[in-house]
Amino acid sequence: MTWLERLDRRWIFLVMGLLVLGPLLKPLYLPLTVTKHVLNFRDAIDRVPNGSTILMSCDYDPGSIPEMVPMTRTAMRHLLSKNCKVVITVLWPAGPGLVDSVTRRVAAEFPGKRYGVDWINLGYKAGNEAVMVVMGQGIANAFPRDYTGAETRSFPIMHNVRDYTSFPLLVNISAGYPGTKEWVQQVQARFHLPMVSGCTAVSAPEYYPYLQSGQLLGLLGGMAGAAEYEKSRGEQGTATKGMDAQSLGHVFVALCIVLGNLARRARPGEEPR
Amino acid sequence: MTPHLTMDFGTWVAAFLTLCAFSFLYRDNPFYKLAEHLFVGVSAGYYIVLNYWTVIWPNLLQPLGKALHGQGVDATRTGMFAAELGDYRGWLLLPGVLGLLLFTRLFGKIGWLSRWPLAVIIGVYAGIKTTGFAQGDFVAQVQASLQPLLLPSPWLTFSAIVFLVGLVTSLLFFFFSREHKGALAVASRTGMYFLMIGFGAGYGFTVMSRISLLIGRFQFLLENWLGLR
Repeated sequence: MTWLERLDRRWIFLVMGLLVLGPLLKPLYLPLTVTKHVLNFRDAIDRVPNGSTILMSCDYDPGSIPEMVPMTRTAMRHLLSKNCKVVITVLWPAGPGLVDSVTRRVAAEFPGKRYGVDWINLGYKAGNEAVMVVMGQGIANAFPRDYTGAETRSFPIMHNVRDYTSFPLLVNISAGYPGTKEWVQQVQARFHLPMVSGCTAVSAPEYYPYLQSGQLLGLLGGMAGAAEYEKSRGEQGTATKGMDAQSLGHVFVALCIVLGNLARRARPGEEPR
Repeated sequence: MTPHLTMDFGTWVAAFLTLCAFSFLYRDNPFYKLAEHLFVGVSAGYYIVLNYWTVIWPNLLQPLGKALHGQGVDATRTGMFAAELGDYRGWLLLPGVLGLLLFTRLFGKIGWLSRWPLAVIIGVYAGIKTTGFAQGDFVAQVQASLQPLLLPSPWLTFSAIVFLVGLVTSLLFFFFSREHKGALAVASRTGMYFLMIGFGAGYGFTVMSRISLLIGRFQFLLENWLGLR
């Protein structure tokens, strides 16, 4: 086992790289089961009356594209297919351009949908929780201009939007702070706005208590959550394509943990703890 | 799968910088440093421009300018009590001045003035966070923890019992007012196992996030750059 202790970690990087690359070039089509929380996320959107106006806060930046973008795409498609109007906000500074390009591409799949009528990107605003609180006094107060710099109040979609009472549901796609936790604390708890969340895998364990308490109606956790959501909607996006690589990567990490522990125990004079 | 290399210049730049960043996995090198320094410089410039055009201009300078010129927010609303929040735009002078005071740190003698806006920022955020935590986390989570133990299905009853045992023993693990001996030691050790299961789940989710990042970069290189779809 001493060779394991002397192993250059770059070999581990190489094996991990190959295990991730392989299934992307030649998919294995491993089975994927849709879990309850993902179905609840989908059902919460399904229950919203057709034609409603939905608040979708996309709180992420390019650092979390693989997990957040597939969720945003599927949720946006889901909402537009129900003829819902979507009001998009971004609380991460490096997010608005990315979110705009993703949502514009999805909206282009629906020929009749027009910017400012069926969806709007209000862009970024600094202030984290303070922005959420100000939005409760008026969405246009916090976002007087949209992402393109035009007067927010001038768009038809905003004529019926005043504050949180204008929305039956908040869809939050969150990569950390500010994100789901802050929306639950500042908006769901104060304004009782029903909410669903799609988040990075690393932050998912923190949000499970909100599911159990009913503060979140549904939760997509990381790439697996995004892939399950895609499957539940009959789509095959980038998250679904990445799941084989994800599974092999996890098996390799588990193997490394087992081997690492065996090597440590085999070390002479090492007491098991 | 036949490669169809993209002709998009931006994609080539992104692919080059991705490979520069990956090169750090072998060892630190000038290509990695180039990508790192470029990222820091571009980010700093981007944040300054973004905050000016999305916050300082639309939320401060423009409404203040309109207010000083006597332009109303909503022309259809008239009368003494017709004002909505945005009509109190004259008060924006106050945050404007406080914002400027932050820059007094750059001038030694009057640097102490920057403590006033910092005090406002800390006070406001402490208030917002405290009430948010109390409403969203503390009360709601305590309420959700009070569950009935006898439920229609045996599986649900079992889950509720596991939940109760996990909750109580995990809390007892953090009870340090008495030495962990006897029944308290058993309970706190049980709590520790529940916590370890929680940490394990957290670690698994973290691994998933990190592998997702690698998958995302590989998908970008294969599909967007090399055109292997």
